Amino acid sequence: MRGIMDNTDLLNLIDITVSFEGFLALNKLNLNLKKGELRAVIGPNGAGKTTFLDVITGKVKPTKGEVIFKGKSLVGRKEHKIARLGVGRKFQSPRIFENLTVKENLEISVTTPKSPLNLINKSIKDEQINEIERLMKIVNLAQKVDSKAGSLSHGQKQWLEIAMLVGQKPDLMLVDEPVAGLTDEETDLTADLLKSLSGENTVVVIDHDMEFIRRLDSNVSVLNQGTVLCEGTMETIQKDQKVIDVYLGRPED
Amino acid sequence: MSFSKIKFDKKIVLSFWIILIALIIAAPTLLPVFRLNLLGRYLSLSIVALGVDLIWGYTGLLSLGQGIFFALGGYCAAMYLQITSSSEFPNNIPEFFALYGVEKLPFFWEPFRSPIFTFFAIWIIPALVAGLIGFLVFRNRIKGVYFSILTQASLLVFFNFFNGQQKLINGTNGLKTDVTQLFGQMVGSESMQRIFFWITAILVIAAWFFAKWVVKGRFGNILIGIRDDEPRVRFTGYNPVIFKTIIFSIAGGLAGISGALYTVQSGIVSPQFMTVPFSIEMVIWVAVGGRGTLLGAILGAVFINYAKSLVSEALPASWMFIQGGLFILVVTALPEGVLGWIQGDGPRNLLQRFGLKRKIETYPSLEVNNNEGNNG
Amino acid sequence: MELLLDSLFNGVAIGSVLLVAALGLAIVFGLMGVINLAHGELMMLGAYTTYVTQLIFKLPILKPFYNSYIIVSIFLAFIVSGVVGILLEKTIIRKLYGSPLETLLATWGVSLILQQFVRSVPLAYGTGLVISLLIALFLPTIFPLKIKESINFKYYKFSTWIFAALTGVLTGSLISSSVSKLSRASARNVDVTAPSWMRGQVEIIGTTFPKTRLMIIVITLISVIAITLFLNQSAWGMRIRAVTQNRQMSDCLGISTEKVDIITFGIGSGLAGVAGVAVSLLGSVGPNVGGNYIVGCFMVVVLGGVGNLLGTVFASFGIGIMTDLIGAGRLLSIWPDMPLPLSNTINFFATTSMARVMIFALIVIFLQFKPTGLFPQKGRMVEN
Ligand SMILES: Nc1ncnc2c1ncn2[C@@H]1O[C@H](COP(=O)(O)OP(=O)(O)OP(=O)(O)O)[C@@H](O)[C@H]1O
Ligand SMILES: [Mg+2]
Repeated sequence: MRGIMDNTDLLNLIDITVSFEGFLALNKLNLNLKKGELRAVIGPNGAGKTTFLDVITGKVKPTKGEVIFKGKSLVGRKEHKIARLGVGRKFQSPRIFENLTVKENLEISVTTPKSPLNLINKSIKDEQINEIERLMKIVNLAQKVDSKAGSLSHGQKQWLEIAMLVGQKPDLMLVDEPVAGLTDEETDLTADLLKSLSGENTVVVIDHDMEFIRRLDSNVSVLNQGTVLCEGTMETIQKDQKVIDVYLGRPED
Repeated sequence: MSFSKIKFDKKIVLSFWIILIALIIAAPTLLPVFRLNLLGRYLSLSIVALGVDLIWGYTGLLSLGQGIFFALGGYCAAMYLQITSSSEFPNNIPEFFALYGVEKLPFFWEPFRSPIFTFFAIWIIPALVAGLIGFLVFRNRIKGVYFSILTQASLLVFFNFFNGQQKLINGTNGLKTDVTQLFGQMVGSESMQRIFFWITAILVIAAWFFAKWVVKGRFGNILIGIRDDEPRVRFTGYNPVIFKTIIFSIAGGLAGISGALYTVQSGIVSPQFMTVPFSIEMVIWVAVGGRGTLLGAILGAVFINYAKSLVSEALPASWMFIQGGLFILVVTALPEGVLGWIQGDGPRNLLQRFGLKRKIETYPSLEVNNNEGNNG
Repeated sequence: MELLLDSLFNGVAIGSVLLVAALGLAIVFGLMGVINLAHGELMMLGAYTTYVTQLIFKLPILKPFYNSYIIVSIFLAFIVSGVVGILLEKTIIRKLYGSPLETLLATWGVSLILQQFVRSVPLAYGTGLVISLLIALFLPTIFPLKIKESINFKYYKFSTWIFAALTGVLTGSLISSSVSKLSRASARNVDVTAPSWMRGQVEIIGTTFPKTRLMIIVITLISVIAITLFLNQSAWGMRIRAVTQNRQMSDCLGISTEKVDIITFGIGSGLAGVAGVAVSLLGSVGPNVGGNYIVGCFMVVVLGGVGNLLGTVFASFGIGIMTDLIGAGRLLSIWPDMPLPLSNTINFFATTSMARVMIFALIVIFLQFKPTGLFPQKGRMVEN
């Protein structure tokens, strides 16, 4: 049965309902994530995918329901507290600090503790510098260290934001449409990167790009009108009549 | 925002400093006391401008209420000066109290008998008040223009309070300092004014280094992050409320120091320091100088005030037009201010327009031919 | 009972001035997100318009209609401030949509210029200038389509400017030669005297009430009703609301967002002019008259909840009644034998300026609990 705590679960969403003046963006949504899992979430526009991330990260307070992360309730906590508990997020459109350099962006994400006192009178730790260098190599931005992030291409911005997410060392990574606007090649690289991150981290990926989702080779949850319509591997999903009706559509040829 | 900034040469920076220090040392002998005093006042205003730059230029908080903290600093200094110089007056309290029939010093004046207390009060009280106002506003995620409006409303609260309380703080008339004594000398005397000039000059430089230290490195980057995308900062695990409160109270403290220096050099502190226009003017100094450049804030404050005194002496009516035009111009045509424009691509574009310097482009092979064609 | 009624009437009177002053601001701020610090100066223009109209109605030909000058000046003030507002929108504010802090600073610059303008330009020529602006801005819009589409349109436009300038200079000198009070620039305050039918008091349910105050309440009432009808019933009102909710979509649907911006801003500014008429009835008119109201107006808008006219109405009357209660120390007369510390506190705040201190402080405290005001705006766009 859903909604019961399982001790290997990292995150449980229990009967989450979000109502915007009567409009139910999420309607009794239940979802459980195991530690180290990679989970794809798909669904038509307006299904509530972004809202679902908003609820976990504390941006939107659910009207009803519980969010349990590492055994603690997240409902009512401030965004930055949730982030410090280990929830990281990449936004739907890339949100990086355009007036800072690539390195400064990464510094912001890897720095701990995130208190003003630490920032103002201590210099950055060596291991954090190493971490930044490692991240820049992973996302191929090593040559761009000192360029302003605003001057990067769209794809590079997406990658920088992913690198910032990784640098935050969250236990749970929430990734909203990471490949929107990327070339096929970049898409494949991103898929591989996210796959390699899971295992150690728990990753939730939202996207509309079915090729990309397929490449992730993970369990898929289909959201529609604020609830989970169906869950399973890509194959089961593709055969599911309900999913075909609301989202995938029939093959056209 | 421009992405390439010209880095100034080491030698230029060094000679700049040498000239600056030489000027500061020489100024009291070169300038007549009247001008020296004016320069000293403008320099003290540049400290409040530095604070405005920290909160607006770096953190994106447009405060229209810096006059509160400026005036608080001034009042702290003036209260001390008045008490220490009130031994000949009835009841040994400042003279104005007699006008309203007050015989006992109001309680909040008492600690200002102590010079040490006053020394700290000048910057700590404004910083605390700023911190409190800031915290209450930031906590509720009130930002942008709402923040500006609320700071302006707070300014009016303070203005009305100080303006209306004759029996406590001499109301509209304010507190005079020029005829008070400090270390056995009259505050308004030439020798004292010379000393105040030096103190001001040193404090401006100190404030500048302090501000530089604050904005450099990761702390400053977070401020810029808050300015550009506050929610993102929050989701990365930082609490913007604390950062904003800290920087707002730093700006408040700087304003307090500035106000105290300004008071002793202008000879009076009054609720006029808390009028709406004066606080908005502080913003325009920074805007013209170049927000987000600390030097710009200092230069902007000094030059605009200098221009103001020149123009007002010659054509009193036209200053309002000029100032109004300046607001419009800088916002619509020169959003990065003069220094920002110089450090960015501005001069290069201008020189190029006059055919003086060739445009440097990211794709030289493509552009050079074009330019050659144009110039030859 | 009588005391309470008194207090209520006074509060409503104060509130209605605030409301009519804040109404235009609420529209411009609420619908366009534009913060207009020159709103107070647009009010000031309205007040000066009343003064000029009054003097012109004293001329022999208009003398028989003198009593109605105040009604005429309401319309004129709307037009004058509206035209200046439109000019402002076309030249400055349009460039700054989406950057409210910049708009705030630029409009502050405008307010300085307007203040100095009435100080150093004779009102007669100021009137002339407004007339030329009016012609130059509106004449081209009523040209037949054939002319508008012809390639020579810019010449037509140019000649309207010349025509406008000439008319302006002409009316300016005409007024200047016939009304000597308007021919010299002056920084001094001027006084508007109410026509005889508006002087004196009326008696309502046992309390007396100055007629001018009543007139202000009527002006406010009419403005609020007119603007509500306009926004909710007219085609342009619907377009304005559409643009407010989704600019891009409205653009795609063929609504000229540019026109909508001009109309919205024009109406907001025009309402400031109407408020100026009301203000001119309360006291003398000077270059700084608007500055006294602007912060109060912003407080009304913030307290009421941005983009909500009902909120603006509630907030104005709320602040009005509170101002009277605190500023006149009414609580003391309602409850004469309250304990001493309390009555001391009340006395401490029982002046106009201290009442202001108290009210602003109360508003800041209120916003601690409801940061988005009485009637918050909802929806996704609010958050970013
Ligand atoms: N703050 C809000 N106020 C009102 N309605 C909202 C708000 N946030 C989201 N909604 C509505 O909730 C529904 C779900 O939105 P959401 O952004 O979660 O969809 P999504 O699945 O992410 O869509 P997409 O694939 O287009 O990104 C939408 O109909 C949206 O209009
Ligand atoms: Mg989405």
